[in-house]
Amino acid sequence: MADTATTTNKMTARGVNVFYGEKQAIQNVSIDVDLENVTAFIGPSGCGKSTFLRTLNRMNDTVASARVEGRITLDGEDIYGSAMDVVQLRARVGMVFQKPNPFPKSIYENIAYGPRIHGLASGKADLDQIVEKSLRRAGLWEEVKDRLNDSGTALSGGQQQRLCIGRAIAVEPEVILMDEPCSALDPIATAKIEELILELRGNYAIVIVTHNMQQAARVSQRTAFFHLGRLVEQGPTTEIFTNPRKERTKDYITGRYG
Amino acid sequence: MTGMMIVMIIVALALIGWIVARARATRLGIEAGRLATNSRPSQHGWYVALWTALPALAFLAVWANVMPSLVLDSVLTSPAAQSLPADDFSRGAILSEAGAIASGAQTAAFNPQSMSLVEPYRAAYGRYSTIGAVLAAILAFACGAYAFSRVRPSFTARNRVERVVMWTLLLASLIAIITTAGIVASLLFESLRFFSMVNPLDFLLGLKWSPQSAAMGYGNEDAFGAVPLFWGTIFIGAIIAMIVAIPLGLMSAIYLTQYAKPRTRKWMKPMLEVLAGVPTVVYGYFAALTVAPALRNLAAGIGIPGASSESALAAGLVMGVMIIPFVSSMADDSIAAVPQSMRDGSLAMGATTSETIRRVLIPAALPGVVGGVLLAVSRAIGETMIVVMAAGLAANMTLNPFASVTTVTTQMVQLLTGDQEFDSAKTLAAFALGLVLFIVTLLLNIVALRVVKKYREAYE
Ligand SMILES: Nc1ncnc2c1ncn2[C@@H]1O[C@H](COP(=O)(O)OP(=O)(O)OP(=O)(O)O)[C@@H](O)[C@H]1O
Ligand SMILES: [Mg+2]
Repeated sequence: MADTATTTNKMTARGVNVFYGEKQAIQNVSIDVDLENVTAFIGPSGCGKSTFLRTLNRMNDTVASARVEGRITLDGEDIYGSAMDVVQLRARVGMVFQKPNPFPKSIYENIAYGPRIHGLASGKADLDQIVEKSLRRAGLWEEVKDRLNDSGTALSGGQQQRLCIGRAIAVEPEVILMDEPCSALDPIATAKIEELILELRGNYAIVIVTHNMQQAARVSQRTAFFHLGRLVEQGPTTEIFTNPRKERTKDYITGRYG
Repeated sequence: MTGMMIVMIIVALALIGWIVARARATRLGIEAGRLATNSRPSQHGWYVALWTALPALAFLAVWANVMPSLVLDSVLTSPAAQSLPADDFSRGAILSEAGAIASGAQTAAFNPQSMSLVEPYRAAYGRYSTIGAVLAAILAFACGAYAFSRVRPSFTARNRVERVVMWTLLLASLIAIITTAGIVASLLFESLRFFSMVNPLDFLLGLKWSPQSAAMGYGNEDAFGAVPLFWGTIFIGAIIAMIVAIPLGLMSAIYLTQYAKPRTRKWMKPMLEVLAGVPTVVYGYFAALTVAPALRNLAAGIGIPGASSESALAAGLVMGVMIIPFVSSMADDSIAAVPQSMRDGSLAMGATTSETIRRVLIPAALPGVVGGVLLAVSRAIGETMIVVMAAGLAANMTLNPFASVTTVTTQMVQLLTGDQEFDSAKTLAAFALGLVLFIVTLLLNIVALRVVKKYREAYE
């Protein structure tokens, strides 16, 4: 690791290997995620970005064949250790998926879902407030405040994705993982989400997987380039984009990658 | 001349037609593999063969239905028939007995008078079947000859044969539909006859069901009040059975889709589905011989009044078990149809598996589950064997599950088994009950399929 771990490191991964059955999808990846910076994962399709992202909130537990080795910590605590409760971990490390996946419930209920299951609200008024605050932070409040009881699935794709972001931040997570959150959206909706990410930065440690180089450059301060299951290079985004140390990174960023 | 023989003769004629038409086509210079002519020789052969066989066979089918009344007419004009008793009932009995002896279905006569009619019967029967056979043969020959006369190189035999094939296939697919229509028509027709004897409102709203007394002549129309039957049916099929089947079916579906390892699921799901293949009479035995006595003893033991050896509970419980597979397989399908992304979304929020199931999967799958339950209800209220064996015959309006109740299907069986005349109100009542049952299950099915379909669309 070239970068020195600072006290603001929210999550650290050391020597992580991930296997699907016999097949190794991630090889010896070490990386830090901190609060001040948005971290972008880039790399060609199938290189293991999603796989690695999902190790950070143990979503790989839902894949029967998946096996994770190495050490990943959240605030210094081993998230695969026996003292870590996966339910709590996921409440602290939220996730937004590639395809918007609002529940087939009302907009209100979508946001209230997490607070309800974690008992975060002390009453109806409190819950109302959480819903409003989350929708405001997700930049969706003005558009939906008059129809909170409409189904979340009736929103446009971009609105749905912002709803999902709102749903994730409603439980006040410490880290938000986003797996290609804009790949199903048009440029206007994408711009809104990017704006949102910039606003959320600092309050949450954010990791975003993206195939869009401009997007990585716009929203992230740190970038990690994956290739064939390995972490090829990581560093400040400006450096990676203007002066990559590895030939392969350069090829990929300049679009010369096959 | 038997019917079988004439059919064989027609088929033989068709075969001959095929051979000669093919030969003629070949002689006319139509060659297989020459694209300039529309049809190959064998297709001309098929054209003639079909023309030979189909009209004649159709005629035979019609004739077979017309013949009995022609035979009856001619028997009634015979001298022996003049001494028949005047009242319809014994007259009909004698005539049908004579017919049975004449056709060899019966050997000895119960009523001596029918013996005198056997000869006229036999003669008329022989005469008309010969007439039918000859007419059929003439028709086969004439149509075959007509078709044969059209064999020439420019004739489009192939297209015509193809069209027959198409119509045959269409007919095959229509048979199920036509049969259903026929059933509905007969139900309707007989029910209308019933409703000409009994006021439909009395039937649908009446609280007293006692068809025996009506048939014996000293009852009144009140005896056909079907509400106790409807209640019994609902009590057993839609309430007790569902109280068993919905939770158990749903829970097994949840276990199978969410918790079971693939290996477990692989043997457990078929096991569950085997339940659906057990003949209902076996369930009936189980309900009547095992469950019902146990329940009666239980009820007697804890002092519940009105406990009977045949009870709504026994029938309902066993029926509930019987339809678990329906509910569980529909629920299984609809839970599996909820996209994985829903489940991931919930788990990623820090929800536990059971919270995810309760708050996301089941609500999302609910329409499908409801559809499955409606189908199960429609199946349960039409189910016959279990209730016949375990529910009883007493038309009680009771909420006591240990008491005996009766159902629509049970009463239909009662009304129609044994020797019955098909025009008494008692017998016709069965058709009216059948009609009600048919309409209700049809509606349930339509609603259920709608719900399920709508829900499928939501995720596609
Ligand atoms: N559930 C799984 N079972 C087996 N192999 C898997 C599974 N999920 C992913 N893989 C494999 O792991 C490797 C990494 O996949 P992953 O989805 O992490 O790639 P990715 O970088 O996110 O790609 P993309 O950019 O296309 O989303 C791929 O080779 C993929 O085939
Ligand atoms: Mg991916």
